[in-house]
Amino acid sequence: MTDATRTIDVNYLARVEGEGALHLAIDNGQLTAAQLRIFEPPRYFEALLRGRDCREAPDITARICGICPVAYLMSACAAIEDLCGVSVPPPIADLRRLLYCGEWIESHVLHMFMLHLPDFLGYPDAVSMARDHGDLVRTALRIKKAGNGIVALLGGREIHPINVRIGGFYRLPTRAELAPLRDELAFALDTMEKALGTLAALDFPDFDRDYTFVALRHDSEYPMGRGRLVSSGGVDLPVARYDDYLTEHHVRHSTSLHSRTADGGVVHLGPLARYALNGDRLTPRARAAAQAAGLPAVVRNPFRSILVRGVEVVLALEEALRLVDSYVPGDTPAAAFEPRAGTGYGATEAPRGVLYHRYQVDATGLITDAKIVAPTSVNQAVIEADLRHYVQPRLDQPDEALRAVCETAIRNYDPCISCSAHFLKLTVERH
Amino acid sequence: MKRRVLGIGNGARRDDGVGVWVAQVLATRLGDDADVRVLGDDGFALLDALADIEAAILVDAVQSGAAPGTVHRFDAATQALPPALLRCSTHLLGVAEAVELARALGQLPARLAVYGIEGADFGLGRGLSDAVATAAAGLVEELVTELTDSPCTNTP
Repeated sequence: MTDATRTIDVNYLARVEGEGALHLAIDNGQLTAAQLRIFEPPRYFEALLRGRDCREAPDITARICGICPVAYLMSACAAIEDLCGVSVPPPIADLRRLLYCGEWIESHVLHMFMLHLPDFLGYPDAVSMARDHGDLVRTALRIKKAGNGIVALLGGREIHPINVRIGGFYRLPTRAELAPLRDELAFALDTMEKALGTLAALDFPDFDRDYTFVALRHDSEYPMGRGRLVSSGGVDLPVARYDDYLTEHHVRHSTSLHSRTADGGVVHLGPLARYALNGDRLTPRARAAAQAAGLPAVVRNPFRSILVRGVEVVLALEEALRLVDSYVPGDTPAAAFEPRAGTGYGATEAPRGVLYHRYQVDATGLITDAKIVAPTSVNQAVIEADLRHYVQPRLDQPDEALRAVCETAIRNYDPCISCSAHFLKLTVERH
Repeated sequence: MKRRVLGIGNGARRDDGVGVWVAQVLATRLGDDADVRVLGDDGFALLDALADIEAAILVDAVQSGAAPGTVHRFDAATQALPPALLRCSTHLLGVAEAVELARALGQLPARLAVYGIEGADFGLGRGLSDAVATAAAGLVEELVTELTDSPCTNTP
C-alpha cells in the first residue's frame, strides 16, 4: 500500500463553523500534502459591514458564530471604543468579563466532553460515549449550563446575545438577578476540578511540537477582553499593531486566508498559547488544578489541550463567582460616546484564541472598511503542520484509521466542529 | 397529563420552518390545552425540552429524497431515529443526536412521536411550498384530534 500513490480527499467537513475539506496526498509512503480548507464566512461580513453604522458592528459580527458570539461582540466593541476613545467604567468591564466567562465555559465544556473526549475514550461520538459514561456526560452538561445561564442573563438570550452595545450594555442586571447563578457556578467549579482529575488520567499520544504561541496579555488578569498582543518569541505589541505582526495571504488550495508572521512563521492561538504566556495570571484554583493535572508551565502537546481547556474552565468559573459576588450595578449601563472618523483596533480572546477586528469609520460614523481575523483561520496553518507531523509516522494505517487520526489531530484545535462523529467524509483514490 | 409539542426549524428558510408552523398553529388552536415549544437547531435545548416529561410530539422538516409533503412517522420511544434524516443542524447537536443522547442518558420521555415532513425548498425566505403546506395542514388536523381525544390529555 505504501508504494502506491494515495490521495485522501475529504470533501466536506460537516459541522465546522464555515465549510471545510481535507486533502491528503501520499506518494511512495511519503505525505506530500496535508491541506485543510476552511472557507471562512467573514469574507462576506467584511463587505456587509461597509456602509453600516459603527454602532451596528457588534450585533452584525456576532452572527458570524453561533458558538462564540460573545467574542465577536467583545472584539467589535473593543475596536470601536478604541477608535472613539471610550473608556468603559470598571463595573461594565467586570460584567463583560463575566459574560465572556459564560462563553468560555459553554464553548470549552462542549468541546472537551462532547467532541474531544470520545477520541480519548475510544467512542465514535458523544452519544455512544454517554451510554457507558452517563454520569460524566450529565455532569458536563450541567457545567455547560452554568455558562449558558450567564450568557442568557447578561446577553438577553443564550444564542446570539442582544444586550451588548458600544460602551457597555443596553440593560444592567440587578444584584438579585445575578444571585441565582451563584449556586450552580459553585457546584460547577467543584465538579470541574474533580472531572479534570479524571481527564488527567487519559492516555495522551507522545507528540510535542515547538509552537510559536500568540495570545493577549494584560497587566493584572488572565486575558479575555483586553490586553497586549504577545508571543513566545518575545513580541509585545499594542493591538493596534496586529497587522505589523500577522498578515493574511491567499494560499492556492483554499479560498480562506492564511496568516503568517512577517518572516513567514506559523503561529498557534488558543488555550495552549494563553496558558503558556499567562501562567502567572492564573487564578488560585486554576493554578492548583493545573498542578493537580500534572501540567507543566508550557504545554506543547496539542492533545493535552483538553486539560488546559479544563484549567480555563476552572478559571472562568472562579472568576464568574468572584464577579457575581462583587457585582454592584453602575449608574449607567453604557459609557456615552460620539462616533469619530479614523481606524479602531480590537482584539479579545475567543475560546479558540485571539479574535481581531479593525474598522475604518468616516466622520458620520459609517464603516468604510472592516477586517476580521478569526482564530480558526489563523490556526489553519498550524493544524496543517500538526497533520504533517502526526500523520507521517502513521501512514501505514488503513484509510479508515487514518481518517480517524486526522480527525483527532484537527479536533485538538476545536475548529467549531460541533459533532465528534465522522466529520470527515472520506473518499480514497488509489493509483 | 399534557403532551409537549416541539416544533423544530428555521422559519426564515422556507420549508425548514414547517415544524415551527405546525407548532404555532397547534398553540393557537389548542390554547392552554397544549404545551407547545418552538426550538431552533440547538440540540441541547431539545435535550432540555425532553427532560422530565412523559410524552412528547416532535415535528421537524426532513430532506430524504421522498416526495415533498411526505410525512415520515417514527415512534422514537421504541426505535432509534435515522441520523441521516434529521441531522441538518449547522451547530451542535442535530435532532436525531439529541434524541439519541437523551435515550443514552435515560431521560427520553416514555412516549415520543416524531413527525418529519419532507421539504422541497430550503432557500432563504418565509412561507411553505404548496405540497409542504398541504401536508402540514393535514398533520395539524390529525394532531388536534389526537391531542384533544387522547386519554393522555387533560381535556375531557
